[in-house]
Amino acid sequence: MFNYSEYLREEKLPHIWCPGCGHGIVTKSLIRAVDKAGWDKDKIVLVSGIGCASRLPGYIDVNTLHTAHGRALAFATGIKLARPDMHVIVVSGDGDGLAIGGNHFIHACRRNIDITTIIFNNGIYGMTGGQYSPTTAYGDKTSTSPFGNMEPNFDVVDISIGAGATFVARGTSYHVPQLDNYIYKALTHKGFSVVDVAEACFTTHGRKNKNKYKTNIDMLKWQKDHAVPRSKADALTDEERENAIITGIFKDSVRPEFTERYDELIKQLKTKGE
Amino acid sequence: MSKQEKFEFIQGNLACAKGAAYAGCDFFGGYPITPSTEIAEFMSGYLPKKGGKFIQMEDEISSIGSIIGASLVGKKAMTATSGPGFSLMQELLGYACIAEVPIVIVDIMRGGPSTGLPTAPAQSDLQQAKWGTHGDHPVIALIPNSVEEMFTETVRAFNLAEYFRTPVIVLGDEIIGHMREKIRIPEPGELQIVNRTRPSTAAPETDLVTTPYHALGNDPATLPKFGKSRIHVTGLNHDITGFPTSDSEMVGDLNTRIIAKIYEQRDIVDNFQLLEVEDAEILVLAVGSASRAAEEAVLELREQGVKAGLFRPITLWPFPKAEFRKYAKHAKWIVVPEMNLGQLKVVAERFVKLEKVVPINLVNGEPLNPELIISTIKRLV
Ligand SMILES: Cc1ncc(C[n+]2csc(CCOP(=O)(O)OP(=O)(O)O)c2C)c(N)n1
Ligand code: SF4
Repeated sequence: MFNYSEYLREEKLPHIWCPGCGHGIVTKSLIRAVDKAGWDKDKIVLVSGIGCASRLPGYIDVNTLHTAHGRALAFATGIKLARPDMHVIVVSGDGDGLAIGGNHFIHACRRNIDITTIIFNNGIYGMTGGQYSPTTAYGDKTSTSPFGNMEPNFDVVDISIGAGATFVARGTSYHVPQLDNYIYKALTHKGFSVVDVAEACFTTHGRKNKNKYKTNIDMLKWQKDHAVPRSKADALTDEERENAIITGIFKDSVRPEFTERYDELIKQLKTKGE
Repeated sequence: MSKQEKFEFIQGNLACAKGAAYAGCDFFGGYPITPSTEIAEFMSGYLPKKGGKFIQMEDEISSIGSIIGASLVGKKAMTATSGPGFSLMQELLGYACIAEVPIVIVDIMRGGPSTGLPTAPAQSDLQQAKWGTHGDHPVIALIPNSVEEMFTETVRAFNLAEYFRTPVIVLGDEIIGHMREKIRIPEPGELQIVNRTRPSTAAPETDLVTTPYHALGNDPATLPKFGKSRIHVTGLNHDITGFPTSDSEMVGDLNTRIIAKIYEQRDIVDNFQLLEVEDAEILVLAVGSASRAAEEAVLELREQGVKAGLFRPITLWPFPKAEFRKYAKHAKWIVVPEMNLGQLKVVAERFVKLEKVVPINLVNGEPLNPELIISTIKRLV
């Protein structure tokens, strides 16, 4: 059995997450991936914004930074540029990373700065009690869309690729071995990497949509039933696609990384100056 | 004989950037905005040559975020902006206060509100610097009134930030930022440079490496560097280990300590200029570019036999109240010329009778001139 103790601040447990919340599953997946990467814990900085998912860093025994809502990538960019030798990981909810933090997200993609961002995508604002987020499914009832969500939602994979991220994958909190693999690949990728993780929040979201989900377990099962590997996605009808979680690695490419470029500039200027 | 002294004829913004360089700034994150942009432009060329880092972020929120991050891994980090950008920075300014992260924020003030008058001078952010972020919090704001002070006060801003583990604001304005004056650049080593203390050098009896928020008395707590010990930093109220707490005693302790560490060490923070104050019947209270006009006015009035004096805070926040009161007490009138609608006046009113305070306000984008101050004072006497 994998021993998590080495990575946990066990005295900070129990965590705040509800039974059935996906955040714990993804946390363990992240720990296993970090362990596989074999990094020195002193060299890892785990950064988050505000939200249920963003409470994660407090439980992990690395350098941890809990910032303000939406701003994790801003802090992380400063850290990575100042100390390119450190491994910088950002964990973010869909509200945190894509609504209030959306501008930082696309610009981090564009810079291709060597940071891994994991989006804990439960399609809801969990911490504030279940308001609709940029990834809430069309028609879902939430505390601020009592008649059903009228806004179309973001596709994290499309945005990331469009904005220039060089590694982009999507997994779910149900398909755990696959998720381990995606997170590991993202961590060891040079450049900006994104893992979008389809998750669920029964406490604030599922309960308002009892027609779709009766229990928290139903929400996990929903992921199992609706996940479609990328290779089979072309065969889906438009309607099936609306309801599918298409999983896989969508981008894995090489483009100059921002902090490496900057260090090269410093080197060049130094030789010129000598 | 000592080395040739180095003089430069430069604008205030450049002096600010050179002061930052002198203080050891090695990280700059910013977003362009008039009238502060020259600072970022200088840093973008200067820093990589010295092995430092410059980044133009996507907005001012991420600019201040990036420098807080850089500071946590050991950099001396700074940003520069103006009114609209300063407004955007407010939430994370509070973050740096409660998480006790040293950073320097330069705000070259311009006319407001909103986009206002981008290229005209104003002293529009005096109160925003103090109250802009939510919650009670410590504020150090320095307000230079010359190109030379843009250099020296920026050095002092870094020193205070490093010593107190807190954000420090430098309030320039369009006049001070863009005017040119000849200044002498101090030799390396001539001005004192303060660097944050690290836990290894602190008292051995407490395990300060794992308690980044354990302060001894009024001294600021020592700051371990990310990468040296695996600490946790949060904007939530936290205990001495840095982890969130809602324990009322600890919350109260933290909220008062971060203010007390500065306000109880006024001798380190205070800085002000006194001109003809000893027997002043009319005390002019002025800061920044308005104080240049005030100085001229006071000197002119003295020649005419009017007992006028100038009290000029250089550290605006915390306000040097004891010194101000000392001279304000005996004055018949306190005249407060400023390029806003009374942001400094309300401070004077806290210390003397309301009827004694005479405001002079200008918010039309023009600089204050000495004649307006002289004529106002002459009407009083
Ligand atoms: C500037 C600011 N606006 C709003 C909030 C309130 N707030 C806290 S968490 C949150 C949303 C969290 O949702 P998400 O990021 O999706 O994460 P989850 O809780 O679902 O894990 C909001 C709106 C805040 N803390 N700061
Ligand atoms: S409210 Fe939702 S997101 Fe937050 S811990 Fe509970 S299940 Fe998870």
